[in-house]
Amino acid sequence: MRPFTYERARTAAEAAVAARRPHAKFIAGGTNLLDLMKLQIETPTHLIDVNGLGLDRIEPTADGGLRIGALVRNTELAADERVRRDYAVLSRALLAGASAQLRNKATTAGNLLQRTRCPYFYDTAQPCNKRQPGAGCAAIGGVTRQLAVIGASEACIATHPSDMAVALRALDAVVETVKADGATRSIAIAEFHRLPGDTPQVETTLEASEFITGVILPPPLGGRHFYRKVRDRASYAFALVAVAAVVQRDGTGRVALGGVAHRPWRVEAAEATLPRGAKPTMAGILDGARPSHDNAFKLTLAERALASILAEARAEP
Amino acid sequence: MKFDAPASDNPIDRLKVVGQPVDRIDGPRKTTGTAPYAYERHEVVPNQAYGHVLGAGIAKGRITAIDASAAKAAPGVLAVVTTLDMPRLEKGVTNTASLFGGPDIQHYHQAIAVVVAESFEQARDAAAMIRVGYAPQRGRFDLTAEAPKAELASADSGAPPQEDRVGDFEGAFAQAAIRLDETYSTPDQSHAMMEPHATIAAWEGEKLTIWTSNQMIAWGKRDLARTLGLPAENVRVDSPFVGGGFGGKLFLRADAVLAALGARAAGRPVKVALTRPLMANNTTHRPATIQHIRIGAAPDGRITAIAHVSLSGDLEDGGPETAVAQTKLLYAGRNRLTALRLAVLDLPEGNAMRAPGEAPGLMALEVAMDEMAERLGMDPIEFRVVNDTQVDPDDPDRPFSQRQLIECLRHGAQRFDWSRRAATPGQRREGRWLLGMGVAVGFRNNLVMASGARVRLDRDRGVTVETDMTDIGTGSYTIIAQTAAEMMGVSLDKVTVHLGDSSFPASAGSGGQWGGNSATAGVYAACVKLREAVAGRLGFNSAEAEFVEGMVRAGNRGVRLGDAAGADGLTAEDKMEYGDLAKRYQQSTFAGHFVEVAVDAATGESRVRRMLAVCAAGRILNPKSARSQVIGAMTMGVGAALMEELAVDTRRGFFVNHDLAGYEVPVCADIPHQEVIFLDEVDPISSPMKAKGVGELGICGVGAAVANAIYNATGVRVRHYPITLDKLLEGLPATM
Repeated sequence: MRPFTYERARTAAEAAVAARRPHAKFIAGGTNLLDLMKLQIETPTHLIDVNGLGLDRIEPTADGGLRIGALVRNTELAADERVRRDYAVLSRALLAGASAQLRNKATTAGNLLQRTRCPYFYDTAQPCNKRQPGAGCAAIGGVTRQLAVIGASEACIATHPSDMAVALRALDAVVETVKADGATRSIAIAEFHRLPGDTPQVETTLEASEFITGVILPPPLGGRHFYRKVRDRASYAFALVAVAAVVQRDGTGRVALGGVAHRPWRVEAAEATLPRGAKPTMAGILDGARPSHDNAFKLTLAERALASILAEARAEP
Repeated sequence: MKFDAPASDNPIDRLKVVGQPVDRIDGPRKTTGTAPYAYERHEVVPNQAYGHVLGAGIAKGRITAIDASAAKAAPGVLAVVTTLDMPRLEKGVTNTASLFGGPDIQHYHQAIAVVVAESFEQARDAAAMIRVGYAPQRGRFDLTAEAPKAELASADSGAPPQEDRVGDFEGAFAQAAIRLDETYSTPDQSHAMMEPHATIAAWEGEKLTIWTSNQMIAWGKRDLARTLGLPAENVRVDSPFVGGGFGGKLFLRADAVLAALGARAAGRPVKVALTRPLMANNTTHRPATIQHIRIGAAPDGRITAIAHVSLSGDLEDGGPETAVAQTKLLYAGRNRLTALRLAVLDLPEGNAMRAPGEAPGLMALEVAMDEMAERLGMDPIEFRVVNDTQVDPDDPDRPFSQRQLIECLRHGAQRFDWSRRAATPGQRREGRWLLGMGVAVGFRNNLVMASGARVRLDRDRGVTVETDMTDIGTGSYTIIAQTAAEMMGVSLDKVTVHLGDSSFPASAGSGGQWGGNSATAGVYAACVKLREAVAGRLGFNSAEAEFVEGMVRAGNRGVRLGDAAGADGLTAEDKMEYGDLAKRYQQSTFAGHFVEVAVDAATGESRVRRMLAVCAAGRILNPKSARSQVIGAMTMGVGAALMEELAVDTRRGFFVNHDLAGYEVPVCADIPHQEVIFLDEVDPISSPMKAKGVGELGICGVGAAVANAIYNATGVRVRHYPITLDKLLEGLPATM
């Protein structure tokens, strides 16, 4: 951990202004950032503590959706009655992630901004384009069982680790932000996370110092909600593959995947085939996948997990 | 005291305290945070500074230059010691890899510098400022690729490497009616104990004290002195509480060496803990194995030929994983072949981890036995019963001291409702889950080690035991106190136990599941001497004196035990040493492990539903702490079966998943109902305690029982651990 200075922001706009300082970072729960600072993967020289800003409420929106404050803790969000009733896929995704202790600290905005768990990213003796642009990627050709099968690049094969973000992608959530000049904007979740391309260090479309104030959930979709996180142990592990699905009575629905790409993975066009089953749907979703020998199983696994969800959807009353 | 004839009746047989499921006497300190671990011993010496260890960023090669100028100038830094500051240090007797010194890099994360600073954060920050120039070399990192170059190896260092043969394996195997010829593999595994390797070091002139976390105090003292070129009497090692070891703390490691070097350079006491990544690549691990097993049997199930050849790798001058140990002894059969092969690898040092040899060996052998049973059309338990042996198959004049393997299996089968297992795999389904049951034998040899203790009797303070034995979470404190209480005829609260200090008599230490029996036997010996001293002082015939309820009685005389101590107290010291009983008898421990699993029919996720271990392991000194040992080991067995694997980057030569996010071990949600049954047994061949070890028996066979249960659930036979879902997917029922 490098030495750093610290301040507490009082308003969102003030936080965005403070973040104009070079090498400044926001800190909320700190469940990821502090680990990365200890390993000197993140080396901010200034931290802006945003925990005092409020932004910790879940409120209805005018059109029947919900607005989730950026600082709503994962535990609160997962337990919210409206979320559990109308956006169960989100609640289930949250509860599939991390541990109770971490969820008590982790925030909505922080969860979106988690960095990859690629083991080579975590070892500062290894080249990593995400950690040190231009250094190369030690993961390609290495131990890749957990890594991306689609949307990766020659520069980076990391995956995004969030479960929450996968559910938000299925729900077409919108990220709200404020910039240092006071301007606000809304970013569709589909546009929020980037693919690695040749700049894997740039993980979102946020601008420098732009501050997330909340996440909007559109009005409820109805249907049955599933979040199937497949992993090597029963709890406290990152997904090999996660499938978020909202399935309607007529068999139509939405599907988003976690654990396969640099961002939550969803192909809306492929969802048209959902009533025909998992095989054609997943073939469409994962069209163009380029897995390694170690992680090719993820393609089969994603299809089988979706099939299992669809069977359960059909079986339920 | 020499133990060279089977134990007769002795005061331990009273079982007033020994054999009782008493709570741990160190429990209150553990649960209130007042049993300090090495890094937390702030009070032992003032003015402690913090050391942070830098590990090499390459796996093999040389360091060409180190620039530590920025680190030395960083805030709070007191000293920087780099590996270029000294020639390669002498290695400890038990070390394969060099721990420090010189430019050569033998493995990834080899310690190359320690930075000492006023605060931990300053030391860590400064360590990252050290710039290192490397000249990397090509290394050998892939066991499979190096297999053709592997050479025959011996289980005992010093013995000439050879195949062990009985009869004519090849001939008998060729003629066997039913044959199996399969290859199995187990991965590199990490001990992953909670407490990292940690040491506080302080110098007083040329005398060095380390407060550390170590399983084997005498080895640690010897090897630290040797490594630093000190006379052994100048080194004191103190390790009263150890937060888990599993073999990872059997040896001197870099934390102790670098704390000492850092303290000398800084002129202050220094504390060092290895970071979690360094635990994987800087220290030792259980080596991967590739095991070739061939079994031939007659149609009635009798094994006529059995061969087990295990390949593993290690650094130059290292040793093999002795994965064929159990195959020499576990089943009958006239024609036998076992051998170890060793390849040179430039990965970190392979070494002992809980039940070295048997743990990975049984993961292969007991799956092979399951496969054979199926080929024979026999129940897996019956197949094992048919092949039971009460003597060493290699030397029929040498009986097992006790062998209740059949009883373990029969008792377990009844208790576990084994009859509900479907003989044909893939038959039982519950919703989305495929259910299966598996059995495997647990087997681990019982080793006896010389062990000493000092026992003191005070008028008002009761009995105090001092021995350098360690308690690595196992319950040593408690069983030692139970032993002293039984021998001296006092209640448990009248006994105080001090452990882990090299100024105490040398003990067996904690390893190879020998600690429980051996260390208490040493306490027994010292107590025999103390009883004689007490009797002598009171003018009693020591053979007639009875020690009971705080009194010493002989004839119609009775004296309060404390009064015998007098004002100055009485002290006795002795050690238990062993004759040739271990040669005349084969001493082993046995278990039947039963597991039920559920496998998700779509995703292949395997989740254990329930587990049972039935153990026959001599007298159980404390059923409560013994049970804790066994359920902990069973949990580790589940980890080995389902998830634990140090993933090797075979290009760059290191274990990639070097933290507890990447190296998965079971969490609470993975471990459901566990039951442990200890069969009544006393083994007078083992020691006057008539006990044997259980801490490693508990893991032996569990992995195979899980694997066999998964096969029974799915019909997919996986021979390469861990059994992760990707290895099952292709064989699972089709989905829609």
